Amino acid sequence: MNKKHSTLRRVATAVASGVALTVALAACSSGGSTSADSGSASDITAALQKKSTITVWAWAPAVKDIAKSFEKKYPNVTVKVVNAGTGNDQYIKLQNAIKAGSGGPDVAQIEYYALPQFALGDSLADLSKFGMSDLESKYTTGTWNSVNLNGKLAALPQDSGPMALFYNKAVFDKFGIAVPTTWDEYIAAAKTLHAADPNAYITNDTGDAGFTTSMIWQAGGHPYKTSSDGKKVTIDLQDAGAKKYADMWSQLVDGGLVSPISSWSDEWYKGLADGSIATLAIGAWMPGNLETGVEAASGNWRVAPLPTYEAGSAATAENGGSGDSVMAASDNKLVAAGFVKYMNAQEGTKISMDAGGFPSTTADLSSSEFLDAAPEYFGGQQINKVLAQASKDVVKGWSYLPFQVYSNSIFGDTVGQAYADKANLNEGLKAWQKSTASYGNEQGFSVTSK
Amino acid sequence: MTTMSQAQPVARATRTPHKAKPDWSGWKFVGPFMVVFAFVLIAPVVYSIYLSLFKEQLIGGNQFVGFANYAQAFTDPKLWDALGRVTLFLIVQVPIMLTISLAAALALDSARLYLSSFFRIAIFLPYAVPAVVATLMWGFMYGTQFGLVRNINDWLGTHLAPLSSNWVLVSVGNINTWEFIGYNMLLFYAALRVIPADLYEAAELDGAGTFRVIRSIKLPALRPAIVIGVIFSIIGSFQLFNEPNILRSLAPNAISTYFTPNMYAYNLSFSGQQYNYSATIAIIVGVLTAVIAFIVQLTGSRKEA
Amino acid sequence: MANATITAPVRPLATARNRKIGAGMVRPKSIPLTVIMAILVIYSLLPLFWLFVGSTKTQGELLNSFGLWFSGPFSLFQNIGETLTYDDGVFVRWLLNTLLYVVVGAGGATFLALLGGYGLAKFNFPGKKAVFAVVLGAVAIPGTALAVPTFLMFSQMHLTNTPWAIILPSLISPFGLYLIWTYAQDAIPSELLEAARMDGAGEFRTFFTISWRLLTPGLITVLLFTLVATWNNYFLPLIMLSEPTWYPLTVGLNQWNQQAQTVGGQPIYNLVITGSLLTIIPIVVAFLFLQRYWQSGLAAGSVKA
Repeated sequence: MNKKHSTLRRVATAVASGVALTVALAACSSGGSTSADSGSASDITAALQKKSTITVWAWAPAVKDIAKSFEKKYPNVTVKVVNAGTGNDQYIKLQNAIKAGSGGPDVAQIEYYALPQFALGDSLADLSKFGMSDLESKYTTGTWNSVNLNGKLAALPQDSGPMALFYNKAVFDKFGIAVPTTWDEYIAAAKTLHAADPNAYITNDTGDAGFTTSMIWQAGGHPYKTSSDGKKVTIDLQDAGAKKYADMWSQLVDGGLVSPISSWSDEWYKGLADGSIATLAIGAWMPGNLETGVEAASGNWRVAPLPTYEAGSAATAENGGSGDSVMAASDNKLVAAGFVKYMNAQEGTKISMDAGGFPSTTADLSSSEFLDAAPEYFGGQQINKVLAQASKDVVKGWSYLPFQVYSNSIFGDTVGQAYADKANLNEGLKAWQKSTASYGNEQGFSVTSK
Repeated sequence: MTTMSQAQPVARATRTPHKAKPDWSGWKFVGPFMVVFAFVLIAPVVYSIYLSLFKEQLIGGNQFVGFANYAQAFTDPKLWDALGRVTLFLIVQVPIMLTISLAAALALDSARLYLSSFFRIAIFLPYAVPAVVATLMWGFMYGTQFGLVRNINDWLGTHLAPLSSNWVLVSVGNINTWEFIGYNMLLFYAALRVIPADLYEAAELDGAGTFRVIRSIKLPALRPAIVIGVIFSIIGSFQLFNEPNILRSLAPNAISTYFTPNMYAYNLSFSGQQYNYSATIAIIVGVLTAVIAFIVQLTGSRKEA
Repeated sequence: MANATITAPVRPLATARNRKIGAGMVRPKSIPLTVIMAILVIYSLLPLFWLFVGSTKTQGELLNSFGLWFSGPFSLFQNIGETLTYDDGVFVRWLLNTLLYVVVGAGGATFLALLGGYGLAKFNFPGKKAVFAVVLGAVAIPGTALAVPTFLMFSQMHLTNTPWAIILPSLISPFGLYLIWTYAQDAIPSELLEAARMDGAGEFRTFFTISWRLLTPGLITVLLFTLVATWNNYFLPLIMLSEPTWYPLTVGLNQWNQQAQTVGGQPIYNLVITGSLLTIIPIVVAFLFLQRYWQSGLAAGSVKA
């Protein structure tokens, strides 16, 4: 009896002091303010019970529904979802807000290639301080590497975009073209197609920075290296991988085998609908866009793995896809972090997927519900099997520049000219490298341009 | 009305002579305008000049650099490329646009048109269309795969490519011309309408034909309006931004980020976050525009005297 | 030319309706001239016709049919309905925003120009020449030169992302000031002001009871032009506003147009086109109704250079 009593007392004391400690810690860390730079899961939960409002800048259509569902779960929190522009347009506004010191959101959707630029300026809160580092196992390696920059967790992955080959089966069947598995076969198919129908092209390309960097990625190139302190940058857009890609793709551009329509224009949508653009080498998020924008071609499109340079190998790259970050200037970080977690690690992922987003979470990517989906638009093909496999085949070790957004903005001025003149793309890459390097030096980085 | 015109010569004779004591009452009226003006125009210009003397880097922070930005600008090939382009645009587009507007105004004024009121409104309508909408419309029509240009190419067997590097400036010029022909036409037409009838009567008596009348009466009367039209068009050309910027997504390789000086300044600020250099470019272009406009104004008024 | 400036103010007002035509007598109408002008009219109206035709098509039809003729089910009213309700009726919000900017911005600009122009025309005050130089110089400054510093200034004052960021800059219309100044010089006889002063009326009283009425055509001209400018204002709102709540129609339409360029985005070109049509109509109506005013207003402005 004595022993039990003392054990009980000991346990009671332990519990009591534990509670006291927790209360003390809670009082210290949150201090009634939700703008703390760090917090545990319980801090976040506590903050979500209080009345507050956060602003989210995102253009992905699913975010509004996620916000509504979040508000149901946490009735005291109001989430304002604002479409402040897509991609680059939003980044301009984010940069303006950061420079002005006000007017920015609490949460922002930022594509993977742009994250380093924002992370550099310490504009993004480090989510590892909110205990989110242990979410690593939930995500694919590719996406996790894209959000884990310089030891800080800059965002939680929202979706991913491993590249695959989307092709119009009806067009291929009409001209007796087999689905290419290597780039040489792809080029041959381009020639056959265009010869048979001068109005049709294997794909369109007027030059796209994201496409080019992804293709260099797939070819094994590592053109961008940044030192861990973020101040030294090496650019080599003529390394083995870059040259391999440029030599290959130049055959298509110089040979007039790609349609001169710009992606995302209304002519592009038309071309996809009537078959004059026969394939797209693009990220796995494309099905949603095809389903809403190219309804006329329903049933014609299929998905295949991205062609590679060597027969029998499997390699691809990420093309697009974004994460969601908490802004460092936010004065409501706990709630913002809670929302980001909800959106990308909890119930929000299902809502995204239902809206056509391609997940970055491994559980979803391997769930049978996901893999067995056989959308009518793709003629009943189980496209997610192909796309999920693609996400496993992403080449490792890629990184973007700390000023990639700017670099991409001058792509048209440099590589674009090679397209316009039908010159070899390597020349364009050299020009791009030169302009990018001089910008980097202007901005105080020490850039080594190989 | 008649009393006024009779009284006017008298009024001029007895008008308040210039007093030695300064009269500040005019400031009551001009004041409000100038206060807002100082806030929204003068303050930013001053701030702009201040910005142009500094340099802020992503790594390294903000530093005073004196005139280094200006020195850089003077040897910047992109700036000169842009300036050259808008000058070319100016030399070609402005005369074409103003000539068409002039011809249209003269035609309207000749009263030899059927449905002249309809024409007046119809030609003026494009001015009411926002540049965004105008560029979107023309952008859709310029499409060589599915747009109107494709149809024209099919019918006439031509190979027009309005959005190619060689033609894109012409295409932008077309949009600009389309937008402003009506406005300039009305500027001229309004000037023509106030020509006193006795001048025409005198010409009739002298037996002058239509073209003589145009040359001797209408054109001289139009000179001030033409000068204004030219000045505004020059300023507009140097400030060209909206149309090429919106068209850029359709022609990313033909329209560079430094296609016009304004676009260069804009992209420097908002893509590159190089606010200081952007301010420098803007000041240089602003000064250049002002100088040229001033010269035109002087030339125009001197001829008048 | 001196004669013209004295007699000019009397004639436009009197003869707007009963002016003798052309060279003083009625000339025979010319068909060839009409045909040539008709070509210009077709050029002016073609894109607008395309816009109208486009707004009657569904999104799918737009991408599949010839641009200049109707195709598929007539969906104009559906498109209008969808435009007004899409995204929780944000278009209506944008419309109300634009109305706000126009009423306060254009109204305010007209008021300031009215006061300022009157002051410049009818008073000699110290600093008058400086005011001229500064204001005229301001016209030459590219908008983009001011955009960034204005943005930075406004963000320090927490004005960005508010309607004030749009309204304040739009209150300055150098063209309006100039127009009222030239108009007031001729339309308001100095002895009228002398008489009022001798009666002991204060300057503002004189202005608000007598003077401004004489400036009506000029006033309406300025109002219309500032109306068009604020209605079509695009660049500054684009920079100042980060959230769609305060967008004017132009910026909103541009965002809709960009919407197709996104992951999972839906192209809504039919709404962009219908929205553009709806955006243009109010301005067109305004111009149609106030025709005679702005024509005589422009007349006076163009005579004095």
